[in-house]
Amino acid sequence: MRRLLLAFTLLILATLPARAVTVHRVVSPGGIEAWLVEDHSNPILSLSLSFRGGTSSDPVGREGLATLVSGLLDEGAGDLDSLAFQTRLEDLSIQMSFDSGRDSFGGTLKTLTENRDTAFDLLRLALTKPRFDADPVERIRSQIVSALKRQDEDPQTIASKAWFRALFPDHPYGRPEDGTLASVARITIADLKAFAAGRFARDNLILGIAGDITAEALKPLLDSTFGGLPAKSVPVTVADAAPVTKGSVVVVDRDIPQSVAVFGHGGMKRSDPDFYAAYLLNYIVGGGGFSSRLMTEVREKRGLAYSVYSYLSPLDHAAVYVGGVATRNDRFADSLGLVRAEWTRMAESGPSEKELQDAKTYLTGSWPLQLDGTGPIAGILVAIQRDDLGIDYLDKRNEYMERVTLDDARRVARTLFAPESLTTAVVGRPAGVR
Amino acid sequence: MVRAAAIAIAAVLSCAPFPASAGVFNPETFTLGNGMRVVVIPNHRLPVVTHMVWYRVGSADEPPGKSGIAHLLEHMMFKGTDAVAPGEFSKIVARNGGRDNAFTSSDYTGYYQNIAADRLELVMKLEADRMAHMKMDPDIFRTEHQVVREERRTRTDNEPESLLGERLDAALWLLHPYKNPVIGWDSELRMLTRDDAVTFYRRWYSPDNAVLVVAGDVTTARVRELADRHFGPLPARGEPGRTRVRDLPPRADAVITMRHPHVEQPSWTRVYVAPSYAVPQGKPVHPYALQVLAELFGGGSTSRLYQSLVVKQKLASSAYASYNPTAVDFGQLSLSASPREGVGMSQVEAAVQAEIDRLTGDGVTLDEVARAKARMRAAAVYARDSLQTGAQVLGYALVVGQNVEDVEEWPERIGAVTAADVTEAARLVLTRSQNATGILLPDPGERDKK
Repeated sequence: MRRLLLAFTLLILATLPARAVTVHRVVSPGGIEAWLVEDHSNPILSLSLSFRGGTSSDPVGREGLATLVSGLLDEGAGDLDSLAFQTRLEDLSIQMSFDSGRDSFGGTLKTLTENRDTAFDLLRLALTKPRFDADPVERIRSQIVSALKRQDEDPQTIASKAWFRALFPDHPYGRPEDGTLASVARITIADLKAFAAGRFARDNLILGIAGDITAEALKPLLDSTFGGLPAKSVPVTVADAAPVTKGSVVVVDRDIPQSVAVFGHGGMKRSDPDFYAAYLLNYIVGGGGFSSRLMTEVREKRGLAYSVYSYLSPLDHAAVYVGGVATRNDRFADSLGLVRAEWTRMAESGPSEKELQDAKTYLTGSWPLQLDGTGPIAGILVAIQRDDLGIDYLDKRNEYMERVTLDDARRVARTLFAPESLTTAVVGRPAGVR
Repeated sequence: MVRAAAIAIAAVLSCAPFPASAGVFNPETFTLGNGMRVVVIPNHRLPVVTHMVWYRVGSADEPPGKSGIAHLLEHMMFKGTDAVAPGEFSKIVARNGGRDNAFTSSDYTGYYQNIAADRLELVMKLEADRMAHMKMDPDIFRTEHQVVREERRTRTDNEPESLLGERLDAALWLLHPYKNPVIGWDSELRMLTRDDAVTFYRRWYSPDNAVLVVAGDVTTARVRELADRHFGPLPARGEPGRTRVRDLPPRADAVITMRHPHVEQPSWTRVYVAPSYAVPQGKPVHPYALQVLAELFGGGSTSRLYQSLVVKQKLASSAYASYNPTAVDFGQLSLSASPREGVGMSQVEAAVQAEIDRLTGDGVTLDEVARAKARMRAAAVYARDSLQTGAQVLGYALVVGQNVEDVEEWPERIGAVTAADVTEAARLVLTRSQNATGILLPDPGERDKK
């Protein structure tokens, strides 16, 4: 068995062909651009869209505005009130949803081919003529209030909010993304209308489409759906920020048996040429599921946690590097100590040749697994445009990973991992932590 | 892991089918000489495969006092054989660009890898190896035991809603083994031993008690060749003797109220013992009728519960119904609602009860049944959009005793449900005192004491 497995692992670098995934840049007569992956194997079409500007541009005191808008766009538009709109969606099994991230406002549409025209028309209405009727506004507001209360019950979310507050005390990234009970209560219908009118515009729009449609069929739909948006959005300005990472530990006291922590410090911008090296390093330290150093040290060797992880979060105005672990109160300090030790080890020695090779093999080999379905593909098309990675990114991405040398990785590790800066928020009653 | 996983998959299935004649996933099946069932779902959109092995064993098969052993064994299955060192399984899969994991439910345990199609033989060989050759080193068992106890703290002990869910299942089932949490009661989980895991493994893990599912860029002939080579030589162990007590407790409307200092958003849940495909408790159409019922009663934002409680009466911020018919024993129908700020729990409960009474009294309309059925058929087309969905749905169905036709004919069977069927099934389940209600409330007094 062992020998056979070895033979297998030596074969690996023949990376996968990106069969059947060709990206087309489609520009409509009216000048609307969309990236398209055609796939006619099922009568299904997925669309993903993004407007620049997210929860971080919510006005001070009106935090939660983008989130509230995202819940209301399918709650009545044009001549259709909430029930009529929802009934149209449900009867035709059209899936439409919106969601605001920190830096962008996103939407997805999924439809069967037979209902495609109606689906696009409902999307047009949602973006250009949202009604924001008083009744649904209060209803969705109550759902956000309910969600905020649930967030306040969940140690993981409490820790995450405390961590962002600590890193960004004077920046929108430090505010809770969905607002607070007080700020959500303050948002008016005029705020909602101003948001939709100012944000949803053609200069601000990114589109990705995957599934059962040709470029020629898509073009007129792009014009009819998005042509009515204003040409220019109201600019949103969010300042760049430097996260405050002094190595402190914030403890949120809570009578629970297990302490739940979020830790981290500054990260790597997506546009940085060293991003791929950082991505590989993170896989090795805490991104690699059962294979990571943190998993090995904290879980496999010592049984101190069920989950321990890290990931790079390159926000538009400040890149951060975030991790998490949860360990019973009396042993939590051990877990945190192991995290710090791994951070130090990586900063001082970098990865081994084998670790770097294994990371490349996994991250290149598993890339096609992310393309399972039209929805994920449409989402990736939007992300590629958003981050300006180039239309050949699906093909080139593995090359970018392969190109990282051991010297690159070691050089990047020395600056990316800063153990003295590791800043931690813990929810629970951790023993011996300061 | 848990029953939550089962419900999620059931939702996909109940979201499953569509036009007649086309089938849903169009799988091909065969059985190895040792009794192992094999399902292949060819799909050549990408050069990848999903490889799954499902065992017909779950937490409801655990010996009394040993709750959690099925799930703990699932963890130990990554911990080394004679040929593969502890922890190496997942690392080998990752070094080949694959992802792997496993899940445990009341009725089944499953293991999967998503990987490049040309690595199928590798993962099959690994999976066959651990079906028969686990070592279970005592030191590693002790460490993994701690990991699982941390998992319980994360999932349950830190989460009031999970703690209530656990109490609710115990109240509903009382005697039937669905009463136990999949992760195990803490008092039993902490007493589990390596010998418990070995005994459980030897009894339940064998090719004739497993279902292999391969979906993706592969042919049935190739899967047959590889499965014969790697799983074929493993000996059958014979029927492991899966005998479940199917007795239910005396009829009652149980109520569990939990006040917890960490609760901010109160919630109301009721679970009913319901028919399943395996135990229809009435007509064979009832499990299908109940899926239509759950959809029209609480499946979406035009459903009765949502329109009544959330939109019109403004009493709740959410209201749902869900139903899972795919089980070895009984099914379960659940209703839930969260009061809006300032609304009392009793008002919400009364409003749900009024909708139940209207449903069982007046029945359902032809129009709402037709609308629900159309949505469910469309969802079956969507189910084909992902490679993994087909593998999950078929593996789940087969491992609890359904067959391929049951999945493939699902659209027609849903299509055949009448309004009268739905009304009858609703009365059967919702008017019978075989349910448990869970009420989760804040405990401000306790919070003040902190």
